[in-house]
Amino acid sequence: MAYFKKSPWIIHYDATSCNGCDIEVLAALTPLYDVERFGIINTGNPKHADIFLVTGAVNEQNKMVVKNIYDQMPEPKAVIAVGICACSGGIFRECYNVLGGPDSVIPVDIYVPGCAARPEAIIDGVVQALGILEKKHLARKEARKQHDRIAAN
Amino acid sequence: MLKNDTGRRVLVISSVVAIGLLSIKLLVDYYAATVVYFHLPAKWIESLVFPAEVAIGLLILGMCFRYRRWFPALLVLAQSGLIAWLEYFSTKKVISENPFFLDKFSLIMALIIGVVGGLIAVYALGYMKVFQEDYHKEVADRRGMFFLVLFLFIGAMFGIVFANDLIWMYFFWEITTLASFLLIGYKGNKESIDNSFKALLYNLIGGLGFAGAIVYLNVRADCADLSQVLDKNPVTISLALGLLAVAGLTKSAQLPFSRWLLGAMVAPSPVSALLHSSTMVKAGVYLLIKLAPLFKDTTVGYVVALVGGITFLVSSFAAISQSDAKKVLAHSTIANLGLIVLCAGIGTSEAVWAAILLVVFHAVAKCLLFLCVGSVEHALHSRSIESMDGLILAMPKTAWMMLIGMAGMFLAPFGMLISKWAVLKAVVDANPLLTVLLIYGSAANLFFWVKWMGKLIMLERPSEELTALKLEANISRTISVPLFSLGFLTVAACLTFPIMSAVLIEPYVLNVFGATVSMTRGNLIIMVLMLGMLLLFPFNLEPKRKGRWMPRVVDAYLAGVNYDSYSHVNSLGGISKNASRNYYLEKYFSESVLLNAGIISTVTLLVVMFLMGSKI
Amino acid sequence: MSVRLISALSFVVFAPLIGGLISGIDRRITARMQGRFGPPVLQPFYDVYKLLQKENVIARVRQNAYIDFYLLFVIFSGMLLFAGQDLLLFIFSLTLASVFFILAAFKGSSPYSLVGAQRELLLVMGYEPMVLFAAVAFYMATGSFWVSKIIVHPVLLIKLLPGIFLGFFYILTIKLRKSPYDLSTSHHGHQELVKGLTTEFAGPSLAMIEVAHWYETVFLLAFVYLFFAATPWLGALAVVVCYFLEILIDNVFARAKWEVAVKSSWLVAAVLGFGNVAVLYLLKGF
Repeated sequence: MAYFKKSPWIIHYDATSCNGCDIEVLAALTPLYDVERFGIINTGNPKHADIFLVTGAVNEQNKMVVKNIYDQMPEPKAVIAVGICACSGGIFRECYNVLGGPDSVIPVDIYVPGCAARPEAIIDGVVQALGILEKKHLARKEARKQHDRIAAN
Repeated sequence: MLKNDTGRRVLVISSVVAIGLLSIKLLVDYYAATVVYFHLPAKWIESLVFPAEVAIGLLILGMCFRYRRWFPALLVLAQSGLIAWLEYFSTKKVISENPFFLDKFSLIMALIIGVVGGLIAVYALGYMKVFQEDYHKEVADRRGMFFLVLFLFIGAMFGIVFANDLIWMYFFWEITTLASFLLIGYKGNKESIDNSFKALLYNLIGGLGFAGAIVYLNVRADCADLSQVLDKNPVTISLALGLLAVAGLTKSAQLPFSRWLLGAMVAPSPVSALLHSSTMVKAGVYLLIKLAPLFKDTTVGYVVALVGGITFLVSSFAAISQSDAKKVLAHSTIANLGLIVLCAGIGTSEAVWAAILLVVFHAVAKCLLFLCVGSVEHALHSRSIESMDGLILAMPKTAWMMLIGMAGMFLAPFGMLISKWAVLKAVVDANPLLTVLLIYGSAANLFFWVKWMGKLIMLERPSEELTALKLEANISRTISVPLFSLGFLTVAACLTFPIMSAVLIEPYVLNVFGATVSMTRGNLIIMVLMLGMLLLFPFNLEPKRKGRWMPRVVDAYLAGVNYDSYSHVNSLGGISKNASRNYYLEKYFSESVLLNAGIISTVTLLVVMFLMGSKI
Repeated sequence: MSVRLISALSFVVFAPLIGGLISGIDRRITARMQGRFGPPVLQPFYDVYKLLQKENVIARVRQNAYIDFYLLFVIFSGMLLFAGQDLLLFIFSLTLASVFFILAAFKGSSPYSLVGAQRELLLVMGYEPMVLFAAVAFYMATGSFWVSKIIVHPVLLIKLLPGIFLGFFYILTIKLRKSPYDLSTSHHGHQELVKGLTTEFAGPSLAMIEVAHWYETVFLLAFVYLFFAATPWLGALAVVVCYFLEILIDNVFARAKWEVAVKSSWLVAAVLGFGNVAVLYLLKGF
C-alpha cells in the first residue's frame, strides 16, 4: 500500500496568470477549505513535491521554468493545469509570445477549467491527481520488477 | 649546507629519519623512567653556554643595527646585561647540579618535535623548491640557510624540553627566538622584515622576563634548576613566577603578546607549521605546564588562567571574521594555546592531564592544516578561504587531509575534542565561572571551522571543470608523504591516546601531583565507536545496483531559472554564475576591536599580578 | 548495564513512533489554533512512508551520505542519553550530527541550501553555549555528568536550576525548528529561502531528515524531563506543557532575523545560564 493518496505535496507555479487562480489556490489553504485535512502541503520546492500545479498560460519567457521545475521533481509526479489559461491559453492564446497551456512544454495530467477556477474545483483536481500518482507509482514498481527480472536472467 | 637539490634532499631526509628514530628510541628506552638527570658528555661543553649566549646576543644586535631597530637592541642589551652580571659580578650564582633531565612529559614533547618537526622539514623540501622556482622567483634563494635554521630550531626545542638548568633553558629559548626571527624574515621584503622584528621584539620581552626570573631565583631563592624551582613555595618566589609566566605567554603568543604570531604569517608555510605546531609556541606552553603545580591557587596562577581563557575567547571570535586561511589557523592556534595556558594556570592534576593531551593533538592536527594550506596556496595562488570552493574535487587528496585536520581540531571524537572535554571538566572542578570563556569560545570555534569545511565540499562549478584543473598532478612525494603521515597520525592519535595517556601522561601527572585522572572505560568505548562510524564515511555506501534508491542527478533548485546546475538566467536574459560567500560577521567580530579589548584586559591583569606579587 | 542497553535500544525503536506521533499532534493543535481542522494524527507517518517510495533525486553526487551520517549520529546521541551516559558526550555527539546536516546542505550547493546552511550554523553557534551551561549546571548540582546519576538525584533539580531551565526552554525553540527561529529550514514553503537546509533533498533522504527530527524531538523532551526527574509525574507534565508552549510560540511569532536569534540566545545563555551557574557556585562555595 502506498501513501501517495494520503500525502500529496504540491508545488504551485504562476506562469502568466493574472493572479486570480493563484488567489483561489491559496484560498484552498485557508480555514474555510483547509486542504491540510487531506495531508496536502504547499511545499514551494519541486524536489519535495508530488504534484505540480500551474496557473496561467506558458510563454517564451517561462517555458524553461516550467520545464525545469518539472524535471527537478522526483518520480512519481503529476501535473495539474489550473484555470482556463493553463488549460488552453485562454484569452491569451493568440498572443505572439504565448505557446499555450503548460501541456505545450510538459505532459499535463489534470485540467481544472474556470476563470478563475474555484477552490472546490482545484481540490477536486488534486484529488483526481492522487489516483494518477498512485497509478504511476505502481507502474514504476512494475517496471523496476521487470528490470530486475531481466537483470536476473 | 649543500647547494644542489639532490644532495640537500638526501641530507634532510636522512637527518629527519635519524631524528625521528632517535626520539622513538628515547621513548622506548626511557618510557618506564620517572625522572632521569644527566650531564653532557663533557664538562667543558657546559661551560660554553655563556659565550654561546653572548654570540646569539651579538648576532641579534648586529641584525638590529643593520635594520636600525633600537627597541629590540635595547632589550637584548638589557637581558644580556642581567645574565652577564649574574655570571661575573654576582656572588650568589648557583651552580646547577643536574643541568639536564628527562621525564615522561619531555619524552612526549621530544616525540612531537622529532616526528612532527621532521615531517615539516621533509615537506619543506618540496615546498621550498616550488616556492623558489615557481611561486616567488623574486625571493633570493637561501635554502641552505633555511634548512640550517630549521634544524637549529628543532635542535633548540629538544634542548628546551631536556634542560633542567634554567641558564641552559634560557640559552635554547633564545635560539628559538633567533631562529624564528630568521625564518619569518626569509622573504626579505619589507613586510617580512617588519614582522620578523615584531616577533623578535615580543619574544625578547619574554626573554627579558626569563633572564629576570633567573637572576631573581639565583639571588633570592638559591636555585638554578627547574626541578629546584618546582620544590619551592610559590608564594616566596611569586615575582620570578610572574616573570617566567610572562616569558611563557610571549612565546606561546598569548594576549597581550599575540600580535607577533599573526604577523609571522608572512613566512613560508612550513615555517608557520613549525612555529604553530611542534616548536616555538609549544616551548611557551611547555614551560607553563611545567610550572603548573606552582600556579595552583596563587595570584599568578589565576592571572595566567584568566589570560589563557580570555585569549581563547578573543582569538576564537577573531577567527570568525577572517577569510585568509592562514590567519584563521593562526587565530585558532592562539586560541587553543589559550586553552592549554588556562589549564596550566589552574594547575590541578585534571587540568594538566588535559593540557598535555591538547599539546599532543594540537601539534599534529594544526601542522597538517598548515601544510595543506601551503599546498593549496601554491596550487590556487591564493590563501583566501573563498577561493577554496570545490577543492574536494579540484585537489581531492589535500582536501580530504584538510577535512581530517579540521575534524581533528573541533569535532567529536577526535583529539582536540577529547581534550576540550577534559578541559571543561577540569575547569568546572576548579572554578565554574571560568567556563563562560570556554563555552562561548567553543561555539565560535564550531562556526568558523564548519563554514570552512563547507566551502571545501560545496560545488558551485561543474565537477568536470574542477577535475580538469589537475591541481594535484605534479605534487611531489616530499609533499604528499608528510601530508598523509600527518593525516594518519591525526586519526591514529585518537585511537592510541588511551595507551599514550596510560603509559606517559598519567604517570607524569601522578608523579607531579600525587593524583591522576583518566577517561572511564565506557567513554573510551563510545569514542572508539564514534570514530569507527566516522571512518566509514569516506567509503561510498550508496546503493550501487539500480534499485529503488538509486539516485538520479538533477539540477540544483534555482527557482526554476536554471541555465544549468551552476548558473541561472538573470533578469536581463543573460547567464549568471551562482556564487555564494560565507558569513564573516565583521560587524560583530572585528579583529582589531577584539584584539584591542583583549590586550587592554590582559595587560590590566598582568599589571595587577605584578602589583600583588610584589606586595607578597 | 543491560538495563541501559535496553533503554538505549528501546529509544531506537520507539522514539520515531513517539516523535512522529508528537509531530502529528503538533500539526493538529497548530491547525486548531489557526481555526482549521488539520490533518490526521498519523499524517507524519504517511508523509515519511510516501517519501521513502519516491525517487531519490539529488543535485550533487554523494550529498546523501551526509544525511545518512546525520541520522546515524542523531540516533547515536539519543542512545547515549537514554543509556545514561555522559551528558557532555551526548552534546558533542549531537554537535557532530548537526555538523553533518550542515555539511549536507553545503554539499547540496544551491543558493537556498547554502543560505540555509549558513543560517543553521549561526543557530548552532547561538544555542551551543546554553546547552553547555546546562551540562555544567547539572554537574554542579548533582556532582556528575552522567545522566544515570542525574536522573536518580533525590533533589528536584528545577529548584536549583530555574535559570538553566528557562534558558534551555528558550533554545528549545531553535532546536525544534519552531518559529520565530525556523530560519534555516522554514517549515512553510514559498519564502525567501524555499526550504533552506533541506531544499536539495528529496524522497528517501528527506524522509531520513524527518525521522532524525523525530528522534531529536524525543531526546530534547527527555532533556526537559531531566530537570524534574525526582518527581516523574511533574516531569511528564513539564514535558507536555513545554511542548504545548512551543506550539503556541510557533503560531504566535513571525520569523526573526538571525541577528535576533544569535544575540538573544547568547544573552539568554549569559544571563540565565551563566547567572544560574554563578549562583550555584556562590551558594555551594564550590
